[in-house]
This record gives sequence, structure tokens and C-alpha cells, in this order.
Amino acid sequence: MYNKGTIIPGLIIFVLFVTFPIWFNGLKAGTPPKPELPPGGEKKCVESVEYMRVNHMQLLNKWRDNVLRDDNREIITVDGKNYRKGLQMACMQCHSNKEKFCDNCHTYAAVTPYCWDCHLSPKEAASKEETQ
Amino acid sequence: MKYAFSFLAVIALILIAGLGSQIPGMQYLFGVAIPYLAIMLFVGGFVYRIIQWAKSPVPFSIPTTCGQGASLDFIKQDKLDCPTKISEVVGRMFLEIFLFRTLFRNTKSEIHNGPKVTHESSKWLWLFGLLFHYSFLVIIIRHMRLFVDPIPFWLSAIEGVDSMLQIGAPTLYLSSVVLLLGILFLFGRRLINVQVRYISLNNDYFPLVLIFAIAVTGILMRYFLRTDIDIVTIKSLALGLVTFSPVIGAQIGTIFYIHLFLVCTLLAYFPFSKLMHMGGVFMSPTRNMANDSRAKRHINPWNDPTIKPHSYAGYEDEFREFMVDAGIPVDKELPAAKDEA
Repeated sequence: MYNKGTIIPGLIIFVLFVTFPIWFNGLKAGTPPKPELPPGGEKKCVESVEYMRVNHMQLLNKWRDNVLRDDNREIITVDGKNYRKGLQMACMQCHSNKEKFCDNCHTYAAVTPYCWDCHLSPKEAASKEETQ
Repeated sequence: MKYAFSFLAVIALILIAGLGSQIPGMQYLFGVAIPYLAIMLFVGGFVYRIIQWAKSPVPFSIPTTCGQGASLDFIKQDKLDCPTKISEVVGRMFLEIFLFRTLFRNTKSEIHNGPKVTHESSKWLWLFGLLFHYSFLVIIIRHMRLFVDPIPFWLSAIEGVDSMLQIGAPTLYLSSVVLLLGILFLFGRRLINVQVRYISLNNDYFPLVLIFAIAVTGILMRYFLRTDIDIVTIKSLALGLVTFSPVIGAQIGTIFYIHLFLVCTLLAYFPFSKLMHMGGVFMSPTRNMANDSRAKRHINPWNDPTIKPHSYAGYEDEFREFMVDAGIPVDKELPAAKDEA
């Protein structure tokens, strides 16, 4: 083998890059997050658990477009219960703890939704009110 | 129709994963066994290929010189295109690897009426090649969010920049769009440019079609076919793989297994294909040698040490009689013959 002095360090760097997740995690997988169920004990949502788990962001995006862009504030009725289209008006009424519900999975999956650029979580809203 | 085979091969791969992963119990094969096998083939094959190349001797000093070489003091040397020092070679390699400087010099030749041949600069290959490679790199880096926990800040930063247009939810990644554009150009070029089409082979088309299919299945999974694509289940599988404790929890959508299987195919195929230009770019003597053959002698590693140098004077000493006989002029005449006296 020629040029060992450069090729072997090069190969070591390559292997370190490829195995990045192995040594970065140090073989500790951690525990998958368990989002907190509504503290009020509600069991029904606008859609099934399976649907909401994978599609909630698309539903919220649709609602945002409906309300803010198309002025469509139609009330959604599921099993006799009325829901207004909105993160704070519908979702957070039951899932009141953003930190224990939303952030739980979002932090795990490294998702930073821009909902919170405009919206306030109930906790934040409360602290704002206090200061005023 | 050479490219048709590549499409058929990729369709077959999609069918294998799509149907295979539906058989109960086969999720373990597609989700755990094949990924492990693929990554082992990738790393092992990659290292093997590099070592094979490193064992091949470079008999001659063959750097490509594309500019003024080092000469008299008042002649300006083109340090990047005709390097003589290691530092200059490093500069040249850096620009080659990070900015594809060779492709920047790409030209297009055409025959016009006359007949007249024209040569002009053609930067499209460079531009789309660069876009393709960098977006692919960004995509690989941001996939690391599924493999590490907790997430380092730089990973979130890259992800944030990549989704900065805030289109839709889940947000649209710029790199996905750019990768698709790049690959469509690279594929289209092989179909439309007659000369390139003539020299294109199945092993040129196949990786392009495969990467295209990987990108499309990824985009479909993220934005459209979201049934059973729960990021938490997927991340715990990915984290399980890299911590050697894989678990397949809840049901994961078929599109995920198709995407994963195509990526595994790419990884396993990588070391044995032209994609090895990733390692090869570091190993090409035409780029990584300094043009200093007049200052420093390049010894051919093939040289047999038992064969000693043979000077002309020594050669003439050995064959003088025969040369004189044949009437070939010699530097030193034969000593006066004794038998004449």
C-alpha cells in the first residue's frame, strides 16, 4: 500500500463520519416520548388517534388556510360536540399543556413548528397576563 | 432504450419492498436485517476499494497541468492549475472537491455550416452537479435527526435553514426540490446530449433512477402518503438500529419500507459502482500529485531493484565490437587489434 500516511487517516475520518450516530449516542437509545393525555379526561378528538398522530400538522395547516386566508370559520361538529377551527380555540382546550403534549414529541423528532411564532401556549399566555 | 433497464430494476426493487414488507414477520427483515447488511457492505466495500486503489502503483508522475508551470522568477506560475508544492496541491484538491472546479471548465463543441467547429463554455453541468451534490449532502445531514437523541444545535440550524420558506406542514425542504431539479437535469442531459447519450451505460442510468426514486418516495412519505408514518415510531426504529437494540414497534406505512429498501440498495451498490467517485476523487493521481517531476525524481514502484542503471558508455563498452562490425559510429574506437601486429 502506498501513501499510508494520508490514506489511512482519510479512511478513519470516513468511518467516523459514517458511524456518527453510533458514537454520538453512545449506544443509549433513550425512551420514546409519551405525550400527556388531556388533563380534563376528554376521550374524543376531531379525528381518530391514528389520524391525529400522523396528520395533525396537515389538519392544522388546512384550518389556518381556511380561517386566515379564506375567511371560512365554519364550526366542526363531531359526535355532537362543536369545535372552532383553531389551535387555541380547539386543540388547546383539552390538550392544555403545550410543554407536556406538543413539545414532548416535537423535541424528540427535532420538529420546530412555526405555530408558536404567533400563538402562545396557555402557560405563556398566563404569564403575559400577570405582567400586564 | 438503455435506460429502460434501470427503470425496470428500480420498479422491481419497489415491488420487492412494497410487497415483501406486507408479509407478517418480514418487517424485521426489511427494517433491521437489510439495513445492517447494507451499511456493512457500504463501509466494508468502500474501505476495500480504497485499499485496492492505494495498492496500485503510480508508475509515472502524471498530474494534469492546466496552467503555467513553475519556471523563471519573472514568469508567473499558475499555482492552482500547475501546483509544485503540497500546499498548492491541497488548494487544488479543496477546490476540486468542494466546488467541482474541473466541471467548471466544461465546454461544448458544435459543428455549424461551413463546416465550422465551435467550442464554447458550458456551465450547466457544473451548476446542476453542484446543486445536486450539496442538496444530497444536506438531506443526509438532516436525516441524522432520526438517528441521534438529543439533537445537537447545528442539526436544528441546518433543518431550520432548509425549511425557512415555511411552506405547508410538514414544511417543505428546499433541498428536496433542488435535489429533484438536479437529478432531472443530470438524467435529461444523458438523454438529450447526443454525445453523452452515446457513451451512457446502464451503470450511469441506474444510480440516477435509484436516487430519483429515493427522493420521490421520501417526498411522498413526508407530504402525501402519511398513513402510519408516525415519526416517533420511525425514530425509535432508527435509534434502535444505531444503538444495536432495534425494535419495530407499531405498524409503519409501506412507503417507509420502500424508501428504506431503496436507500439500502444504494448503500450496498455504492462501493461497486461509479458512485465510488466519492472516494476516487481523493485518489486520482492526475489531481493529487504535484507537478515537480523536474525538481524531484519520481521513482516507479514497479522498478526491479536488481536491474541496475545502464549508461550509454557502459552499453557501448558491452557492444562496441558488434557496433563497429555493423558500421555504427562509436564514441571510443576499438583498441588497436593485436593480431594485426
